[in-house]
Amino acid sequence: MFTFKPVGVTLATAALLAACATQMNDTVMPARGPNLGRVATAQEIRAADISIPPSGEGLPAGGGDAKQGAQVYAAKCQACHGEKGAGKPADALVGGIGSLATSKPVRTVGSFWPYATTLFDYTRRAMPLQNPKSLSDDEVYAVSAYVLYVNGIIAESAQMNAQTLPQVMMPNRDGFIDYSRK
Amino acid sequence: MDTPIRKPYSSAVTPGETPERRGFLKQGIKIAGAIAGTAALPALAAEPIGKEFPAWSTAIGKPLSTYGQPSRFEEPVKRYTGSAYGTLAPGTGSARTPLEKLEGVITPNGLHYDRSHNGTPEIDPAKHKLLIHGLVKRPLTFSIAELSRYPMVSRICFLECAGNSSANATSPQPPQASAGGVHGLVSCADWTGIPLALLLDEAGVDPAGKWLLAEGADSAAMSRSVPLTKAYDDALIALYQNGERLRPENGYPVRLLLPGWQGNMSVKWLSRIKVTDGPTHTKDETSKYTNPMADGTARQFTFELGVKSVITRPSATMTMHGVGLYEISGLAWSGAGRISRVEVSLDGGGTWRDAALQGQALPKSLVRFRLPWDWNGTPALLQSRAIDEKGNVQPTRRMYKAENAVDGRFHNNSIVTWSVNADGSVKNVYV
Repeated sequence: MFTFKPVGVTLATAALLAACATQMNDTVMPARGPNLGRVATAQEIRAADISIPPSGEGLPAGGGDAKQGAQVYAAKCQACHGEKGAGKPADALVGGIGSLATSKPVRTVGSFWPYATTLFDYTRRAMPLQNPKSLSDDEVYAVSAYVLYVNGIIAESAQMNAQTLPQVMMPNRDGFIDYSRK
Repeated sequence: MDTPIRKPYSSAVTPGETPERRGFLKQGIKIAGAIAGTAALPALAAEPIGKEFPAWSTAIGKPLSTYGQPSRFEEPVKRYTGSAYGTLAPGTGSARTPLEKLEGVITPNGLHYDRSHNGTPEIDPAKHKLLIHGLVKRPLTFSIAELSRYPMVSRICFLECAGNSSANATSPQPPQASAGGVHGLVSCADWTGIPLALLLDEAGVDPAGKWLLAEGADSAAMSRSVPLTKAYDDALIALYQNGERLRPENGYPVRLLLPGWQGNMSVKWLSRIKVTDGPTHTKDETSKYTNPMADGTARQFTFELGVKSVITRPSATMTMHGVGLYEISGLAWSGAGRISRVEVSLDGGGTWRDAALQGQALPKSLVRFRLPWDWNGTPALLQSRAIDEKGNVQPTRRMYKAENAVDGRFHNNSIVTWSVNADGSVKNVYV
C-alpha cells in the first residue's frame, strides 16, 4: 500500500469512493428470502396479541367499575401516581380538561388522551412499572374505570368491559390531527 | 513525533553532535553497535537509555485482549444518564451521546444513545421469537437463528429521539450543559439487517393491511404504529450495529430500524409485528411523541425528523485557550434525505458562510461539517444552519416556539447558539 506511487494511491482511493457511492445510492434490496418462518398457531397469536386499537377489537372478557378500581388503584398505582391520580412522582392521570389551548396546558389521561382503549392497552402491558403485566383483565378494566371516573368522564357505577370501553368519548377525541401523510 | 528525542547516551555520538530526530538516534545506535563489536569502550559503562523513556516504553505491555476497551484515560468520555423516576425505575430515562467528545459520524456502540421506557431486558436470543401476524395470509414466527440466515443489507443512518433537544425548547433559561447533554439523543451507526419487506412478503400481506403495530419484548412492551409504506420503503429488521450484534440497550437481539423517523418508532427488542388496517393509537403515539400546538390541537404521526445541525466544537462547557486558529466542527442530519449544505454564523445569524461537508453526505445519516476559524478573542455567537436536499431549512428557536404549544418539546430541530466569550468560556444561549 505504502509502496504505491502517490498518483496510484489517489486513483485507487477515488475508485473505492466511487464504488461506495454506487452501493449507497442504490440501496439494492434483496429480492427474496429463504422462507424460514414457521406458521404460527392460533394459540401462539392469542397469547401474544395484546394491542387494543380504538375499535376495541381484541379486548378480553371480564369487566370492572370505578369502585372496584379504587381498591386496585390504592394498592397498585397510588404510590407513583398520587392520590386520585394527582401525580408525583410519576405522571398525573387526572385533571387539565379544558386547559390545552391555554398558556398552561395540563396533559393527562383525562385532558389529552384521545381513546380509552389506549388506557386499557397501556395499563395491561406496562403497569405497574415495577411489576408489569401482573394485573388481571378484571383489574385493568376496573382501574381504567376508576381513572375515567375521577376525571369525570364516566359514572362511578359504569361497568367497563369489551363493549363499553371503546364507546367512552374522551374529551380530547378530536384534538389530534393526522400528519401521517404530510 | 517531531518532539526532539534527547541524546540517548553520550558515548554513542561524536562529541559535540546533538541528534534531534529519531533518524539520527537510530543512526547513533547503529554506530554504537558497530563500535561495541570491535573494541572495548569504557565510556559504555554510562547509564542505559531506559531512564530517558516513559514507563510504558520500558516494561512489557498488557496481554492480548479478547474484546478491546477504550484507554482508561478516556474514562470521562461516557454517556450522560438521566432517570425519569430515579431509583424507582433506574432504567427508565435516557443515556445521551457525548457529542462534543466524539469526532467523525459513527457513534461507538457503547456511546450510542439509549432511551428506554422500563429498562433494558436481558434477552436470551435462543428463546426470542419474532411473530408476524394480523392481516396476512400466513402468520409466521422466526427464531433469531432463522433470521440470521436471511439476505441482509447494511446502511449508515442516524437515530434520533423525537424528544432530543427538548430542554432547549422548554427551559426558560438556556440549560448550561454540554452539546451532548442537551442534544445527545442522536447517534449514527452502520446497521445491518433484513429488509422488513422480505418478511412481510413471505407472510403475504392482505390488501386491507395499511399499517403495522411493532412491539418490543421489554417490560414496557413498547409499541408503535407504522404505515406499511415505510415498511416497504426502507425499514430494516436490524441484527447488527457497527458490525457486531446489537447492544442490549439498543435492542438486542433484534430491533426495527426506520431510517429518518422518530427513534421511538424503531422498536427495540422487537417481538411482534401485527399488520392492521389502521393505527393502534398506542400510548407513545398519543400522549407522547405528538406535537402539541398553541391552539390546543396536537399533530399526530409526525414521523419524519426535521433538518438539524449542532456545532460540537466549540460548544457549551468547553473553554477556548487563547486566540488563534480553531476548527468549528459539527454534525448535521435530516430525516428527509441528504444534507446539501451547512452554513455557519459567527454573529448570531447576522451573516452566514458555508462550512465544508466531510466526505459524502449519505441520506438520513449524520454528516460532519467543518470550518476553520481564526478567533481574535472578541465575543462571538456561533450557529449552524443545515439545509437538506428537499430544500428544508433548519428553523430558528423563535420559529419553533411560535409554532408549538408552550410546553411543546418534541421535534425541536431549531438552530443552536453557542456564545463564545472574551474570557474563553462557551455558553448555551437563546437569541
